[in-house]
Amino acid sequence: MKAALYPVDWLEERSGLIGGLKYFLFRNVPRDSGWWHTLGSATLTAFLVQLGTGVILAMYYKPDPNSAYESVQHINNDVTLGWLVRGMHRWGASVFIILIFFHMARVFLFGAYKYPRELNWIVGVLLLPLALLEGFSGYLLPYDQTAYWATVVGININGTAPFLGPYLASFLRGGAEIGPETLSRFYSIHMLLLPGAILGLIGLHLYLVVRLGVSSPPWSKEAAGRERVEPPPVRGSGLVNPAPRGVTKRPD
Amino acid sequence: MEPQQGQGKPHLPPPSLWPIGFAIGVVCILVGLVVSWPAAAVGAGLTVLFGFLWVRDVTAGSRRRDAGTEPRVAGPESATEAAPAVTAGRGGATTAEPEPEEGYPRSVFLEGATIGLGAVIAGIVTVPIVGFSIAPIFQHTHHDEADLGPITNFKEGEFVVSTFLVDPSEGEITRRTAYIRNNGFILNKPSFTVLSNRCVHLGCPTQPNGPLFENRKIDQKTAAGDVTLIPALPAGGFGCPCHGGQYDQEGNRTAGPPVRALDRYEFYIRNGRLALGKTYSVAEVIGAGASARIKKYRLAGPGQHVDGPEQWFYPLQPPS
Repeated sequence: MKAALYPVDWLEERSGLIGGLKYFLFRNVPRDSGWWHTLGSATLTAFLVQLGTGVILAMYYKPDPNSAYESVQHINNDVTLGWLVRGMHRWGASVFIILIFFHMARVFLFGAYKYPRELNWIVGVLLLPLALLEGFSGYLLPYDQTAYWATVVGININGTAPFLGPYLASFLRGGAEIGPETLSRFYSIHMLLLPGAILGLIGLHLYLVVRLGVSSPPWSKEAAGRERVEPPPVRGSGLVNPAPRGVTKRPD
Repeated sequence: MEPQQGQGKPHLPPPSLWPIGFAIGVVCILVGLVVSWPAAAVGAGLTVLFGFLWVRDVTAGSRRRDAGTEPRVAGPESATEAAPAVTAGRGGATTAEPEPEEGYPRSVFLEGATIGLGAVIAGIVTVPIVGFSIAPIFQHTHHDEADLGPITNFKEGEFVVSTFLVDPSEGEITRRTAYIRNNGFILNKPSFTVLSNRCVHLGCPTQPNGPLFENRKIDQKTAAGDVTLIPALPAGGFGCPCHGGQYDQEGNRTAGPPVRALDRYEFYIRNGRLALGKTYSVAEVIGAGASARIKKYRLAGPGQHVDGPEQWFYPLQPPS
């Protein structure tokens, strides 16, 4: 057992990563936090599923007007389990958006956006349109009739915005008309620009969650702002090195 | 003067307005690179001028301070001759005495230089990337006239649903549909009504409200790719399946959300063949057929008003 865990200790001594992970996973949360508090990590999981399936789909997808539709049919019909991966990505997108709104509703109704967590609410509000844009840009990629005309309509809705709307539409199309540039532009936005931005903001979101702690539900009887109960000090990294007897074990 | 004492002092160097002019110059260069070279040259001139003024403004404080301290420094220097020069050459940081004489500590200079150089590098890298991604907005796309074949294929008084490629080199994605009606001759010149099928609500393809005569379909190959002509009888005008916009046979809106009449194509007769040119926008068509009076507007996107007070929401249009 000790030999098997030796690499973990080796890594911890040189990087402190294990300690950081333990800090993240074993941090204190309110006694009465429950299932409602899992919506955030459910959303994160949905995003990670999109990330994983998206990377695999990108291996087979061809962002070119003449072969995009055929490549999606190829993924669906020929590639082993391609239908599953594409289905996960296609339906997972809806799951991701729905979970975002559930998570947002939970935070709003619990009042968890209040001091000192206002900034984290703002980060979440920035994440929402990025996720919606992921949906919009991904919708064009199958390049069937639904995708094409839905994108035409979506871009033209942007175009009706006063003053700069026509330029915004032109920017999204990559020119005056929807053409080959539009598809590769949407593909790049969908799989590079937006996921990068979302990942960065999720990192900030999680940092603030860990730094500020999880809020109690509104029906909590616990007094707010209790002193943090520090776990007893542990010798070594704690994960592998056996702690001295009687220190980590709670007196029964 | 020691740097720590600068805490409560007024902002030095004083804030300068020249960066605004400098930024305008840079914008001029970028716009000029796309639009015209003389504009870029004017921009370059502005950038250099305001850049010079900015640098002068920023360094004004330190230059004045140098001028002020010089006589005092000159005193001991002239007395000890070459000695201070040697210590400075070896590295002023280790010697305690000459430090207060320095107007600008090395650490502050290095900090500023690192941030400044980093900003310059980031700017140099960013400008072409941003320019690359927004350049298509400002570029004109040139399309040749679309050749639809002999005008004898268009029977007088009958609508023909015609599809063709605007740009055959880019393929099927540039396929467009027009409703074309031969109105006969007016003053010995052929007259055509050429409506774009794109709904001016949000750009969906409208459909003729009436039968298509597929048995009289004409397929031909011209410079505009595979051109198909299908005669139709849109007795109820044209309708959009997306949000229910309805138009009459002149393209005027009769119901639903569209904000103007259907767009039209310019047309030309070349050696007895019908050729379509650019698209233009129409607010309303008065009259019908060959005697219709049409005010031509610059092509606007779907959903954008070209007349009435709402037109002021769309004062600028990117080149099409």
